[in-house]
Amino acid sequence: MADIALQPRTAKPQIRDATTWDQIKTNRNWLGFWFMLPAMGFLIFFLAYPLGLGIWISFTDAKIGRPGTFIGVENYEWLWDDSIFWLSVFNTLLYTFIASAIKFAVGLYLALLLNENMPFKAMLRALVLIPFIVPTVLSALAFWWIFDSQFSIISWSLKHMGLITQNINFLGDSTWARICVIFANIWRGVPFVAITLLAGLQTVQPSLYEAATLDGASKWEMFRFITYPLLTPIIAVVMTFSVLFTFTDFQLIWAMTRGGPVNATHLMATLSYQRAIIAGQLGEGAAISSAMIPFLLAAIMVSWFGLQRRKWQQGENND
Amino acid sequence: MSSVQIRDVRKSFGNFEVLHGVSIPIEDGEFVVLVGPSGCGKSTLLRMLAGLENITSGTISIGDKVVNNVQPKERDIAMVFQNYALYPHMTVADNMGFSLKLRGAKPEEISTGVKRAAEILALTPLLDRYPRQLSGGQRQRVAMGRAIVRDPQVFLFDEPLSNLDAKLRVAMRTEIKELHQRLRTTTVYVTHDQIEAMTMADKIVVMHDGIVEQMGTPLELYDRPANQFVAGFIGSPAMNFLKGKVKSNGAASFEGPNGVKLPLASAPANSEGQPAVYGVRPEHFTIADDGAEAEIVVVEPTGSETQVFAKLGGEQVVAVFRERHQFNPGDKIRLKPDPALVHLFDETTGKRLNA
Repeated sequence: MADIALQPRTAKPQIRDATTWDQIKTNRNWLGFWFMLPAMGFLIFFLAYPLGLGIWISFTDAKIGRPGTFIGVENYEWLWDDSIFWLSVFNTLLYTFIASAIKFAVGLYLALLLNENMPFKAMLRALVLIPFIVPTVLSALAFWWIFDSQFSIISWSLKHMGLITQNINFLGDSTWARICVIFANIWRGVPFVAITLLAGLQTVQPSLYEAATLDGASKWEMFRFITYPLLTPIIAVVMTFSVLFTFTDFQLIWAMTRGGPVNATHLMATLSYQRAIIAGQLGEGAAISSAMIPFLLAAIMVSWFGLQRRKWQQGENND
Repeated sequence: MSSVQIRDVRKSFGNFEVLHGVSIPIEDGEFVVLVGPSGCGKSTLLRMLAGLENITSGTISIGDKVVNNVQPKERDIAMVFQNYALYPHMTVADNMGFSLKLRGAKPEEISTGVKRAAEILALTPLLDRYPRQLSGGQRQRVAMGRAIVRDPQVFLFDEPLSNLDAKLRVAMRTEIKELHQRLRTTTVYVTHDQIEAMTMADKIVVMHDGIVEQMGTPLELYDRPANQFVAGFIGSPAMNFLKGKVKSNGAASFEGPNGVKLPLASAPANSEGQPAVYGVRPEHFTIADDGAEAEIVVVEPTGSETQVFAKLGGEQVVAVFRERHQFNPGDKIRLKPDPALVHLFDETTGKRLNA
């Protein structure tokens, strides 16, 4: 050791002061910024910018092919007195509430069913996903035929069974039309809810059910006291997404009814499209779209509080 | 509290039989440990006792009642799971009171029951916490608390200590034993750790490949293992086995590997030249001038004792000495087994040969 220490040290290069450029290259905060940049750019150009532009257009009288001038809240004042707009708000809320509630109930039921041990389990799980895989427009077209006023297979079957004498005017009657589009939306949305909840169910330890069995719990008590509380976080996530998707639904309605009959199935999204693109009133359409924002924010707030980590999910020793 | 009778119980999964006719009598208040290597069927047997697995054939009775077709919740048993299976969304108090709540007990009744169990296990300050906020040992105690609250006929433990670190395991071992001495509830405890079995059990049941190899008190199993499997399984470090032949003409002795001569107190009748396995526990070697020569390979001092690995007739053996010797690898020593304490096993069946 000693003779090593005695050897003359080779001269080291002078320590250089870090330049600003060095800082930008190596400083942790700058590096963080650089790594964030691609994602940030993507979000700004494809989400924040269109959203901002949409809100801006809603304050102008823009038409297709003509940049508008700023007119303040005139578009909104106009909408306030527009009964069709209020009808679309009502339709959207009705559509969202009924479809989401049924999707939740049916999805949860399917998830519980698929979580049981049964023959052909893997195949059944795959089958459940089919409505989700089929392109929306394609399934909407299929429903369009199923609910056709003349060639509806439902009317045909019921007539052959002797239950009705005349075709049901599914998409021509306002109540029937609403039921039909809600049904189509449920059919399409259930797989997402079911598969996500199934994934949640599979994270529940089997030994908890064994312990509950020994504790004397019935099947219902196991669901009520074990499964459901453990599933609440994932229910909050899946229902938030489900509500957001349903609220902003456009394709299904546009392919099946185009908002008819007599605007009975017009949602805010379809009305906005009709006013902005078909009729060319960009400003007014943008105002309808922007009017969805408070509703969506409210839905997100609900899930935000629903999603807050429950006390039992917290890490160790932070009581 | 009650006795448990397991009579000729078999269990098959499909065509594959994992338990081949197991019979274990368990007396009221007894602490029975089922021990064996993984895959021996001990956990399956425990789960059958709990009612979580069906019984293929044979009977299990708790008290005087055959429970083969009795629902788990009607069996009046409580089980502590290996991973504790605490309900993560319930506080300690709710976890412990869950069974009473399901039984429809009044809130005051539940809270008295929970408080009593919490006092026994020193859990009172933790009653409002969630399982995530507890340490491993505390969770373990909550799992036991959940069992105590129910005041069951039988406690079942499924490898409850295997998720704990070594130090805590020793502490919890004592705690469980103390709890049993206090409550005197019939207990069936499954483990793969023979030390746990030795220290806790009133009666040990050694299982292997779906059969019971031997049943008895810890010291019976240690002193007179019925076969080579039990001999090798019970005791740490494990018993040394040396293959060779019995010499019974004249003074009894044993010819070990490479002609090493080993002492034998007495030989079984008509056993001259019979091939056998000579078993000697590491702690039953002494250093003596008339011992067999062995070359030291490794010396492992643990403080209270020293483990010496040595080549005896070409075979590696381990000897444990409580007294301190100056040993170095490569040293030649003379190892002498205590003839009164050696075991002799049949070479093919593994059955015990000497008295």
